[in-house]
Amino acid sequence: MLELIVISTLNGILFGMLLFLMASGLTVIFSMLGVLNFAHASFYMLGAFFGFQISKWVGFWPALIVAPLLAGGLGALVERYGLRRVHKYGHVPELLFTFGLAFAIQEIVQIIWGKSPVDFRVPAILDFPAFTVFSTNYPAFKIFMLAVSIVIFVGLLIVLKRTRIGLIVQAALTHPHMVGHLGHNVGRIFMLVFGVGTALAAVAGVIAGPALVTQSDMAGLLGPILFVVVVVGGLGSLPGAFIASLLIGLVQTFAVSMNGSLAGAFGPLGPDLASTWLSDIWNVTIAQIAPIMPYLMLVLILIFRPMGLLGTRET
Amino acid sequence: MTIAPPPPSAAERLKFYSVWIVAVAALVILPKIFSSGGSLTTFSLIGISIIFSLSYNILLGQTGMLSFGHAVYYGLGGFLAVHAINIIAKHKYAIPLPVVPLIGGIAGLVFAMLLGWVSTRRSGTAFAMISLGVAELVASSALILRSFFGGEAGISANRTKVLRLFDWSFGPQIQIYYLVAAWTLIAVIAMYALTRTPLGRMCNAVRDNPERVQFVGYDPHVIRYIAFCFSGFFAGIAGALAAINFEIANSAYLGAAQSGTVLFSTYIGGAGFFIGPIVGAIFVTALSLSLSDLTQVWQLYFGLIFIAVVMFAPGGITGLLMMHRPLIKAGTLTRVLPSYLIAFVPTLAMIVGLILTIEITVYHTVNPGDDPHIKAFGIPFDASNHGVWAIAAVLLVGGFLIARKSWALVAARWDDALTEARAKGVAA
Repeated sequence: MLELIVISTLNGILFGMLLFLMASGLTVIFSMLGVLNFAHASFYMLGAFFGFQISKWVGFWPALIVAPLLAGGLGALVERYGLRRVHKYGHVPELLFTFGLAFAIQEIVQIIWGKSPVDFRVPAILDFPAFTVFSTNYPAFKIFMLAVSIVIFVGLLIVLKRTRIGLIVQAALTHPHMVGHLGHNVGRIFMLVFGVGTALAAVAGVIAGPALVTQSDMAGLLGPILFVVVVVGGLGSLPGAFIASLLIGLVQTFAVSMNGSLAGAFGPLGPDLASTWLSDIWNVTIAQIAPIMPYLMLVLILIFRPMGLLGTRET
Repeated sequence: MTIAPPPPSAAERLKFYSVWIVAVAALVILPKIFSSGGSLTTFSLIGISIIFSLSYNILLGQTGMLSFGHAVYYGLGGFLAVHAINIIAKHKYAIPLPVVPLIGGIAGLVFAMLLGWVSTRRSGTAFAMISLGVAELVASSALILRSFFGGEAGISANRTKVLRLFDWSFGPQIQIYYLVAAWTLIAVIAMYALTRTPLGRMCNAVRDNPERVQFVGYDPHVIRYIAFCFSGFFAGIAGALAAINFEIANSAYLGAAQSGTVLFSTYIGGAGFFIGPIVGAIFVTALSLSLSDLTQVWQLYFGLIFIAVVMFAPGGITGLLMMHRPLIKAGTLTRVLPSYLIAFVPTLAMIVGLILTIEITVYHTVNPGDDPHIKAFGIPFDASNHGVWAIAAVLLVGGFLIARKSWALVAARWDDALTEARAKGVAA
């Protein structure tokens, strides 16, 4: 039991940090541009596939740098030549534009890399068990993933809180017009923020690619969870996104490792439901409903705290 | 003091009713002209898609709510309809098949009432994300609740086993076509009528200025909720018709792809006009059926068309056409048309270049071992020939550079024509 708790906590924090790598970019982009980038998870997927391709050519370490740069560059181009054009029509077309983009990116990835998973392996230098908890070997690559996400998290925090750029970004979060009046090139800041945000998602893709499955549906699987994170945390709130990422990471990881069901808990009291369709609910295990846990959380949050955990702003 | 508008004149009334009479006549005559099984199926699918898209536009166009999970109500309507058919057949209830879509509609309504109260608490981007989350919740639950949703395989039914009226078995596609056509007509009239009610007007007000609606004394949340319920009701009807048409309901009905398709057809058609989703449903259904025969990667073209519409024609197809109305009224349309012709050639060249590039890439990545003499859109060419690559590149880049100039010309001519139309006193 203790073993399960330790391993699940580690995995949960890891998944949560990965989610936050993406959610942070998404939140900052949302706060500044007012558009929720539906294609954010697609850049995560692009990061994974660029990482796969580059590590096939020159190795994993250059890929870790180059793939996010490429994806971030693409992101900046998307903002400059796509989003900025659509901006004048309002927020709904902007969201729809990123929706169409997510759709197109998935199709393009399928054309280039196919529909089946690609063989994106953990680099040999990190392919060993880091330590053994009770009887489980914990892979070193996962520790590396955790380290990368924490380094980026701390880096982001320092940039946001301690540098001039961070100051401008923070100001633009709440008062974009005032920042413009003060003579900053808001357009360029937007492009930069969009590029950095998508690059962060791509970093998550490169480091998650070898550990999870690199496949053309990975954006579609992760995207909705990502949006749950930002809504649960409170749209536009970075600390909220951080808490929600960890919360959802932990909840989902713990749920996967649990086997209980209503039938197991209240078996002897159980009414005879075997013949009705309620038996599905009665017999389903917690592990089986793990995929819908984030969405259940979303509904609960909406009932009890519609603006999200730390959200303040009505959109 | 408000002054009531004058009652419509006889000519206006005639004009209004003649539209509907023409629609009825067209629906009756269509299968006489195109009587093959394939075209009847296509017409049925278009009818279903029209109801579904119009129900979606109650949200997107009329109340300003962008939903990524509208297929939930469509799918649940479909599932309930299939279960209803099975139960009716088993117990031999006296319920004929044409009533079954109503059961689907009520199912959609009930689930919209259940899920809608929470979903419509927020508007804008938050609503979009919530609809996505709720859709994922329902779609994933459908795979867990196997005995109701039938798991991956779905639930099937036999539509001919229910009570027969006037000896209509609803086995042949032509009878299904008339069923779909009748329901489409009813649903379209009902949804059009809805836009003319005070509720419909309040929906528009909530879309345009929710704060002011609050000051007037309405609760935007309640109005959004009511609109959501109506929308779920009509989506349920569409889902039930789809389930009757295919005699099966499976988890794909509820899925993200279905929600995406209805968003595509509504937006491509034009969310700003009542007729927009109808145009979009016809266009998108016909396109998806024909494109899938012409090319392997039709979904990519679909996505690109959608992006192009969002970027260049946010009013959709209907919006583009309606833009010309003041010009036609003022008679200045002839000024713009030549520039269209000039722009058409390089734009077409660019599109052909893009298609060639995509098809060549597809050949080299998806099926590299095959014969390089491939056929896309019915035109054969050699994908391994470097000359073809060069042609593709020249068409794409050259076409774009020239087309950009020609678009500027169109814009200039357009401004001239519109200014002149305004000078003549035609409101834009």
